Amino acid sequence: MPDAIRRSRSETAGRILIYGTLVLFAVYFLVPLFVMVITSVKNMDEIRTGTLIALPQQPTLEPWLKAWGYATIGVTNEGIRGFFWNSIRMVIPAVLFSTLIGAVNGYVLSKWRFRGSDTFFAMLLLGCFIPFQVVLLPMARTLGFLGLSESIWGLVLVHTVYGLAFTTLFFRNYYVAVPSELVNAARIDGAGFFRIFWKIMLPVSTPIFMVTIIWQTTQIWNDFLFGVCFSTGETQPVTVALNNLVNTSSSVKEYNVDMAAAIIAALPTLFVYFVAGKYFVRGLTAGAVKG
Amino acid sequence: MPTDARQPGLASLLEAALPKVVVAPSFAAMLVFIYGFILWTLYISMTKSTFLPTYDFVGLAQYIKLWRIERWWVACRNLLVYGGLFIFFCTVLGLMLAIFLDQKIRIEGALRTIYLYPLALSFVVTGTAWKWLLNPGLGIERLVREMGWSSFTFDWLVTSEMSIYCVVIAAVWQSTGFVMAMFLAGLRGIDDAIIKAAQVDGAGLTRIYWKIIIPSLRPVFFSAFIILTHIAIKSFDLVVVLTRGGPGYSSDLPATFMYAYAFTRGRLAMGAASAMMMFAMVMAIIVPYLYSELRRKRDA
Amino acid sequence: MKRTMKSVIAALSMIALFAFNAAAGEVEVLHWWTSGGEAAAVQELKKMLQNEGHTWKDFAVAGGAGANAMTALKSRAVSGNPPTAAQVKGPQIQEWADLGVLTNLDDVAQAENWDPLVPKVVADIMKFNGQWVAVPVNVHRINWMWCNPEVFRKAGAKYPQTWDEFFAACEKIQKAGMIPVAFGGQPWQEATAWESIVAGVGGTDFYIKTMVRADEPSLASDTMVKVFEIFRKIKKYTDKNAPGRDWNLATAMVIKGEAGMQFMGDWAKGEFTAAGKVPGKDYDALTVPGTADAFLFNVDSFIMFEVKDAEAKKAQKAMARLILSPDFQIVFNVNKGSIPVRSGIAEEPFDAVALKSMQDFAATARTGGLMPSMAHEMAVSPAVRGAMFDVVTNFYNSSMSPQDAAQKLAMAVKEAKM
Repeated sequence: MPDAIRRSRSETAGRILIYGTLVLFAVYFLVPLFVMVITSVKNMDEIRTGTLIALPQQPTLEPWLKAWGYATIGVTNEGIRGFFWNSIRMVIPAVLFSTLIGAVNGYVLSKWRFRGSDTFFAMLLLGCFIPFQVVLLPMARTLGFLGLSESIWGLVLVHTVYGLAFTTLFFRNYYVAVPSELVNAARIDGAGFFRIFWKIMLPVSTPIFMVTIIWQTTQIWNDFLFGVCFSTGETQPVTVALNNLVNTSSSVKEYNVDMAAAIIAALPTLFVYFVAGKYFVRGLTAGAVKG
Repeated sequence: MPTDARQPGLASLLEAALPKVVVAPSFAAMLVFIYGFILWTLYISMTKSTFLPTYDFVGLAQYIKLWRIERWWVACRNLLVYGGLFIFFCTVLGLMLAIFLDQKIRIEGALRTIYLYPLALSFVVTGTAWKWLLNPGLGIERLVREMGWSSFTFDWLVTSEMSIYCVVIAAVWQSTGFVMAMFLAGLRGIDDAIIKAAQVDGAGLTRIYWKIIIPSLRPVFFSAFIILTHIAIKSFDLVVVLTRGGPGYSSDLPATFMYAYAFTRGRLAMGAASAMMMFAMVMAIIVPYLYSELRRKRDA
Repeated sequence: MKRTMKSVIAALSMIALFAFNAAAGEVEVLHWWTSGGEAAAVQELKKMLQNEGHTWKDFAVAGGAGANAMTALKSRAVSGNPPTAAQVKGPQIQEWADLGVLTNLDDVAQAENWDPLVPKVVADIMKFNGQWVAVPVNVHRINWMWCNPEVFRKAGAKYPQTWDEFFAACEKIQKAGMIPVAFGGQPWQEATAWESIVAGVGGTDFYIKTMVRADEPSLASDTMVKVFEIFRKIKKYTDKNAPGRDWNLATAMVIKGEAGMQFMGDWAKGEFTAAGKVPGKDYDALTVPGTADAFLFNVDSFIMFEVKDAEAKKAQKAMARLILSPDFQIVFNVNKGSIPVRSGIAEEPFDAVALKSMQDFAATARTGGLMPSMAHEMAVSPAVRGAMFDVVTNFYNSSMSPQDAAQKLAMAVKEAKM
């Protein structure tokens, strides 16, 4: 009896330690967002005269409405809402293509190795370490050559190509852990390349799909460099619009609108995290079934 | 009849070639868009290109000049400090948070989203929030002092020797969540039976993690290391928004150096040379690791 | 240098820069005036063009004082599809013109009589081989010092005319428990203050020799050592949290009365206006000590790329003409807080600070005190400017001696010129 009590006590202490640490880190992660949110509901007078991280005295939603609907970006006064569509049209195909190609690549590189497949994988990974800034000019020229400059499809191509290394990495490392016996048994049963992929690999891939989709969506949604160089005016993604909204060389900076716009621009990726996060748990149950 | 005999042969030949056919487009794209462009950059680094590319060969002159620029040395040293700390903290904290979150935590969903959200926000604006927080006159230092601890000092952002550590703080904040997610996915992929068997054998939880679970996460460590190295070497927005490389150029990184020379300063060849040096530095770190990882797998 | 440029032309000619322009009478304009009053000012130009039947395709890229826009412009040029017009300033105009990709605007200039209207020193920047290839839009004055009279009154200090008076005032303000100089420690802000000191200490000739011609012996001279000494001395009168601070937050310190003065171009006025402050009452704009007869200018301008399409060409020329028209000059500069770049503009719409600027602009254009700003990309090539920035910021943020700084400056500039 005393033994059990002691054990439950140390277990409780452990739980407290775990919860304490988790909450502490949650605070660290939340502080900047807190600053952004309180700033986004202040009016400019309060920002100008008060402390930047003080609580708002007279909260207002005006900056949010302005950021969404009528802030000036370039020669339009329609806020960032119009640029969302550009980003969505770019992100969905780019994430789809890069994830699917990555999944198939990962499948080949883990279960259908051939001479040189490891070299291919290594080259793919290494190549990504070239800073993207230097590929801007050759890429611009290539896109011009392909007739894809300043189009959404040009951006989709760029993001797919430069996303491949990581999507392939994710899937390969995940599929390595899938028992090869399953694949071999299926092969003996006469199942082909795609059938094995479809019937054996895909059903257990939910968690890694979620990780990959999170990564790719975030990367592509938040990309600024490619967006700014390979798009124009009406096709600019939301990050470029956000950048145009918050940057000014000589005008008065409206921090409240900037912060509101930043949070609005991030809502789609936040949404992905929210939904995909759930699927991590489903991935758990899938794993349990598998086990 | 001969056709019948040949057809399965052709089909199986096709079947055998299928894996190669499937990765061929990726391979081609890689050759053109990655290695082709790297070669182009290499060539440009050996020219006199100023504000747009030119193709007059001058050999290694730009590299010799590059290593004579004090600012480049500062940038390289910073990358070492920053990259090392960033990778270390992201991995350790990411793993710790993942393990803790995996203990059947009631508010897991909320916490997970909180840890992940920094990656969703564009640093163009979050950088401003961080800049305020880390500025002694506006943020944490002032707050703590107003709460009564009047000698509290936290002025890294405005101190030349310490400003790079501020970049580390913000970078760890931004990327730890994703590493946590990767480890969490890895943990969830581990067969519960292994843990149960170990528990039956009487092994403690700490021991199970240390001896069984963490070693089995090796592929995740590998992915995390590759990704974090990649983020570290390309860190750009972070520095631009948070410190602008300052005070002075004390927190400059190779990526910001490269961009400044290649685009802002109209010294494209020098920018290309610095990019090639960055590439070479990464190779020196990644290649041995990659080699040993891939080799280990093949042996296994 | 010339030879390099020629090979660039060869390289670029391969990539069909003379692209077909889709819609008739359309101008695609790359600019970085994307928010606030600046964007409102650009919208006026769009409206005026539309009134003449042309269409405006916006290509807005903000950030880094045009750095992002220049990267985007290079990408577009290399992809073989440059915009019709692009906001490019200073010596970079010559670089683009040297590629032979810009359109000659002499016909518009002649019809509109630009030459007598625009000061020669500004016009020279806009011309390539004597031909107009760029249109100036506005003028910002750099060598301003923004002062809070209340701070001076409390400290019992006088507005300074010389550097001795300046440091005497600093001493008093500091004794009174306030910050004498509101400073933002970012390389461009440091360079902004520094180049004003160069003009203030060395005078017009010295400024031209060092900041425009980048003459190495002058850069290493004793006068330059003196400049660095004063620059270092100013640091004593700033607060320790200055590094990395944005310029507008430094202005806010002057507005709130926490600090006495700030070195900044005339865009700082916008912050005072937004806070409801009135010039001459709540704040004053003085010239930096020793620069009463100098006018360091920052002029924004548009270059026009050669287009084939006749309608697009017409729209392009219309845009060039409208930019320098009195109507646009007034509405744009009132919105942006700058002053017109041409003479013969009505004075009524402008405030006191702008009027003082306008008078000095005209006066210094005659005396030779009108000089391009190095810090704001008007004077030397980007490579030389970058080299100067590195030395200045490193000096300011370390314990480097003024003598060493002057030597290093000359060396870095020499390296960057090669």
